[in-house]
This record gives sequence, C-alpha cells and structure tokens, in this order.
Amino acid sequence: MDKTTTEVTYEKVKIIVANTEFEVPSNLTIMKAFEYLGWRLDRGVGCRGGFCGACSTIYRLKGDHKLYTGLACATKVEDGMIVAQIPISPANKKLYDIESLKAVPNTMLEFYPEIARCISCNTCTKACPMDIEVMDYVQAALRGDIALAATLSFDCIMCGLCATRCPAEITQFNVGVLARRLYGRYIQPEYKQMTKRVKEIEKGKYDAELEKLMKTDKKGLAKLYAERVREKA
Amino acid sequence: MVNDPYPDYMRESIKIVEKTREKRLKVTMDHCSPDEIDDVLNNYHPDFIKAQKASLRFGVSKGEVVPLEVAKIIETKSVLDPKKVDLNKIDFVVDLLIIGGGGAGANAALWAIKNGVKAENILIATKLRMGDSNTTMAQGGIQAAVREVDSPAIHYLDAIGGGHYENDPPLTRRLVRDAPLLLQWYEKLGMMFDKFDDGTMDAIHGGGTSRKRMHFAKDFTGAEIMKTLRDEVFNKEIPIIEFSPAVELIKDDKGQVAGAVLLNLDSKEYITVKAKATVVTTGGFGRLHIQGFPTSNHYGATFDGCVMGYRAGAPLKLMKSVQYHPTGAAFPEQIVGLLVTEKVRGKGAQVLNKNGEQFCFPLETRDVEASLIIRECGGRNNGLVTPSGQPGLWLDSPLIDQIHGEGTIAKNFAAMVRQFERFGVNMIEDPILIYPTLHYQNGGLAIDENTATAVKNLYAAGEVCGGTHGSNRLMGNSLLEISVFGRAAGITTAKSIPKVSLGKLTLDHITKYNALCDEHKVKNPPSPILFPDYSRQEHKDRIIPTNFLV
Repeated sequence: MDKTTTEVTYEKVKIIVANTEFEVPSNLTIMKAFEYLGWRLDRGVGCRGGFCGACSTIYRLKGDHKLYTGLACATKVEDGMIVAQIPISPANKKLYDIESLKAVPNTMLEFYPEIARCISCNTCTKACPMDIEVMDYVQAALRGDIALAATLSFDCIMCGLCATRCPAEITQFNVGVLARRLYGRYIQPEYKQMTKRVKEIEKGKYDAELEKLMKTDKKGLAKLYAERVREKA
Repeated sequence: MVNDPYPDYMRESIKIVEKTREKRLKVTMDHCSPDEIDDVLNNYHPDFIKAQKASLRFGVSKGEVVPLEVAKIIETKSVLDPKKVDLNKIDFVVDLLIIGGGGAGANAALWAIKNGVKAENILIATKLRMGDSNTTMAQGGIQAAVREVDSPAIHYLDAIGGGHYENDPPLTRRLVRDAPLLLQWYEKLGMMFDKFDDGTMDAIHGGGTSRKRMHFAKDFTGAEIMKTLRDEVFNKEIPIIEFSPAVELIKDDKGQVAGAVLLNLDSKEYITVKAKATVVTTGGFGRLHIQGFPTSNHYGATFDGCVMGYRAGAPLKLMKSVQYHPTGAAFPEQIVGLLVTEKVRGKGAQVLNKNGEQFCFPLETRDVEASLIIRECGGRNNGLVTPSGQPGLWLDSPLIDQIHGEGTIAKNFAAMVRQFERFGVNMIEDPILIYPTLHYQNGGLAIDENTATAVKNLYAAGEVCGGTHGSNRLMGNSLLEISVFGRAAGITTAKSIPKVSLGKLTLDHITKYNALCDEHKVKNPPSPILFPDYSRQEHKDRIIPTNFLV
C-alpha cells in the first residue's frame, strides 16, 4: 500500500540519524522509516522503486567500521544503523553535440580526462546500489572500449554514489551516459526498416487509411477490431 | 530452506505451481469473448463501482464523473492566496514555460529549440529534480509500428479497440502516425534499444497488440529515454528550476494563460514566471491512491497540472477512467505496488491462482486482465493473502527461462530481478506474487492534436492529458505519448510564441474559483497537494506550525 502502517506488528529497531536515536519497525525501508517518524519528504525521494537515483544514502552498521551505500527506497533498516542522505551529487557534466562527436577511442578521454586518474581501487563498484561493475566500465572508457563501457554502465541510475566515494574524483555516471550515447548513435547499426517507415509516413502513405478509420463508427471499428489476427508470439 | 522469504503457506502453494509447470508450459488460455469482457469489467473493474465516483459540482467541467479522491482535490480552494502575490514584480520572463521535468517536458523543450525558440528563453520548472518522473520508471517499452507486417493503421485499431472506442481520434492518429519518427529520433540521440546485429530493433507483444511493436531497452526503457533526454537538455543549457513546483497558472486580462506561480520548496517563497506559452507536463495522479490501491507511480504524481489547468478554465475529460496495471508486486511488503512489467508476461510467464491453475489469457488489455485478477482473488477466492493483508496471485516467472533458455530472466529483467532480490525473493527460481496496482491516469486535460487546451497559450502533453487512450491505455503507448505530444508541444509553441501579446497579469481566476468553493461550502484541504502524505495521525496532531521560522 506504500503506507507506513500495516496490520502486522514488527519488532522495533533503533536507527540513528544525526546522533539521535529513533525507534522504527524492522520491516521498513529507510525511506518508509523516515515517513514513519512523521517526516514529509521533499528531498532524497523520487520514484521509490530503484529507478531514479534520488535517494542515495550512506550508512554504517553497528560495530562495523565500513561505510555502506544504498538507496533509501530499497534498503531495509537494521538495528544500530547510522544513516545520512546525499540527495544531489555535484558534477560538471561536459557539454557536447552528439551529432559532431566521433565514436573513436579517444573521445572518452577528451571529455573526461580525469578517468586517467583511476587507481583501480574498485570503491565505485562496491558503492553501486545497482551492482554495476563501475570500475570496469571506467577502465573500458579509459582504454577507448566504448561498447564495453556502454553495456557495462547500462543499468546506471545516476545516483552518484560512485562519484561520492571515488578518490580520483571521477563522475562515473557522466562518463557512462556519454559512452552509451556514442554506442547507441554510432556503434549500434541503424534500424533500416525504421528509416524506410519514417519516409513512408512523411510521404503520407498511411494518411488515407488513418483518415478512413477515424471516420468509421464504433460498430464498424468493433468489427474490424474483432477480426484482427494476432501475430504469433 | 534457509531464510525463505515466503511464509510456509505461500511456499506450499509454490510447490503446487512447480508441479503443474511442465503441463502448463504449452497450454495457453483463450482470449475472453466481447461478452465476457463486458461482464468482468462491469463486475470487477474498480472504475465501475459507482460509490467511488462523484460528479464535479462546479468549474468548467461541471458534471464530469471523477474518482472521489480527485473530486476532493479539485473541489477546493487554492493553496495560493492571490492577494499575497505581487504580479508587478516578475522573477522570470520567458517565451516558453514548461511545468514538469519528465519525458514530455524534456521533449517539449528540445523540440521548441529545434523549431526556433532560443534555449535561454525557456524555463523548465520541476517539483523535484530534472528527470524525476514516471517516464524514468516505465520499464516495458515504447510502441511504434515500424515492422513490415505492421502499420500505423493497425496500431490505431489496437489502441482504439483497447481504449473501448472512447479515444479522441485525432489524438490517437497523431500518436500512431508520429511513433516511428520519435523512435528514430531516439535512435539518433543515441539511446541503446535492444537490437539484433543488423540494427533491427527487437519487438514483442504487449497486452492488446496484434503486432509485435513494443521496442525496448532491457527493462529500463523509460530510464534510458529519460537519461538521454536529460543529458540533451543539459547539453542545450536550457534553464531549469528544480524543487520549485508550480502551484497556480497566471492569466492576463484577455483571459489567456501567461505563466505560473511556483513555490520554492526551500525558502517557501513564491516565484513568478511570465511566459508567452505554458506547457503543462506534470504527469498523472498515482499518488492519490485511488480507492486505496497501491501505486507504481513516482512520488510526485499528485495531479497538480490538472488542478491548476482546471482552475484556469481548461476542461477535463475521461476522468472516470483509471488504469490499474494487472501486475504490481504484492509481496514482499517493502515493494508492494511497484510495477512488474507486462513484458514478463510478454515473454511467457503465466498468471496462476493459488492452486497453480491458469484462469485467463495472460495478455488481455490491462483493464480486462486486472479485472480478471481481482475476480480470481475477491470473487472466486482463489488468491493468496500475504501476512500484511495484501491479496495476490502468482506470476510464474521461472517459466521464462524454461521457454527461452537459462539466463533469459537475468538478462532481460535485470531491474526486476534486483528489485526482488533486495528483499530476498529470487524470481528466477520462484514465482512472484502480484496484484493490480494503480498505474496510469487515463483521463486529464482535454487537448487537440497540437497539444492546445481550450485556454489560449496553455498547452499540455503526456499523462496529464485525457483522450489519447480512451478508457484503457495499451502498454508502450505512454512512453510513446510523452514523446509524440512532448514533441508536438515544442513545435506548436515555437509557432505560437511570436504571435502572442500578453495583457495585464492577474490571478482573478483563483479568486473567483475560491469564491465558487465558498458558494458550495467546500471543506476539503487546499490543493494542489504537491506530495502525498504518508505521515500518521498521531504525528499530525502534534505539529506546531513553523511559519514563524521562515
């Protein structure tokens, strides 16, 4: 129901936000725990389904020195969890006109020379809530392997957690989007039938047929609809 | 099993599902007949429950039938006190104001530029961040009649029949005719659609399609579209104002729309924008939780655009109709309501009751499929109920790997697999529990095929509009809608802007609307609501107003 209360009672756990302890039911995500506390969110909240990267969160667990990263909408609270959110990841995105770019090995380095500073520490990969091999795609970009950088980074939701943790100060998510656009534009072959269809449409090939359907009454349309033959799956 | 996420009684039912799998593999149920469709919709679709509807009592669409939750936020005063806004001081003077930073808004901005509007004369105002939208969340795909065996006319017929002939023909025509143009543009922008080695885009069926025309980028189609469009919006250096939702439209003394009042969520002050053309691309109303349903929608989907448009005199249409996606997650509790893309059924997963039986064709149109699922649970008592009280049926996801080979689910449904895995459910090995979830606003602001509303200088594109899909939208036609009509809005406004001459700015329409509310003794809280409220009453009762801190 996307509501924070349910009929079941779950045991409570303590989470810590800015040195203050709060008791929340153990079944909640971090985001729903905040709402359970009565907070009406307007930062660090977005799609609530792990697709938008708005709710980047860092946390530590009880008795554990490690700093963990996750999405508040997709991470369950744990007892003793110390939580902070990073709703925005500052970045200087490079500007380009996709039409004037070339999918050549050097393009990535030209726009984001800092990828050469990668020390292969793999912290970005460990930080990624989407389990992407971030370091591998940065390394691929560095080698000029645009196709690999594009495919490896495909699931990126641009939450910026990788960039927040990177000692080389790379904004991996911007490197990824450039790689994907180069790949989609220049390396994946063009869909020829689509080019053909667009020309047909521009020449008005289907206009008369569409016009006729628009003028068909409901009964006529229902008949045509019922007579359709579904293409085999 | 160690740490089984499913409680014992659900595991028992899964064992039955596993036992019947081999037998079911090659058995597909027949489509419902037109009579059966009428019957199941009338008896089980939430839209047909009369007690859940109201007729609007005043305003430009007086008499329009709407869900109770919608009536509550339309028939009420504005959050904005018009007397407190100084329209002599304008913060932004632009040619084009776009309200909403999703796919439709981004398309409108980019196509306006392509048609001669200068980037610096545009302003995109958005409630959260640029790109935060339902577009980002759309997984399954985008329809376009591209293949040789397909045509825009066949697409039109699928959409019109699926929409129960209530579609607005010129809108549906524009949707299907422009579809290949937009898909090609996306290809040129460098979006990574699933393609074969020769460049041919992969295409599959969705519910109600008679040709395979669903094109996709794994199960991240909307995210791929939005990430690329946003990148392009940044590249063009289009001014954006984030965390600043519009709260009301501004008009002029000639009755034209002339911009909007925004709310700065940090300082809580208002911001005035004067614009020669205003495009509303605020999306739908999933977060109103119509009839208490969970939703697949973005946090910001709160109907703001329709509320503002309505107060400014733009009619609404088809508001009676709501889309419930047949397969929202019903378990585990943390992800209840989130979308399980239709593509899962497109690839062969069957919908089963607790006895491991199929009971319908798995790819009926969404309204029919959702109704059949509700009937199987509530009407026939063949569903399961989770520990938190959520009913559900099985979606037999492991079938996909059995049909297409091991690894298919992992490769095609990475987002979905991860979603469930985070909470311990492995959809490659176990079926997943689903139930219909509130997914899409079929109705909305009435527009013509060039996105113009009935009010001068006010345009709208995307889910905020009604008519394109009739009373039921097909899968893949909403990513298409934000594309086609976002583009149309950009082209239309680029043409209209040079001809616009604005008069004296006013918020009189709000004052008048508020007076109408007094006349009808309205008691609802003011709107637009901007965000859903998930806090509990025990907190609300203790709140100290903090205006003195601002």
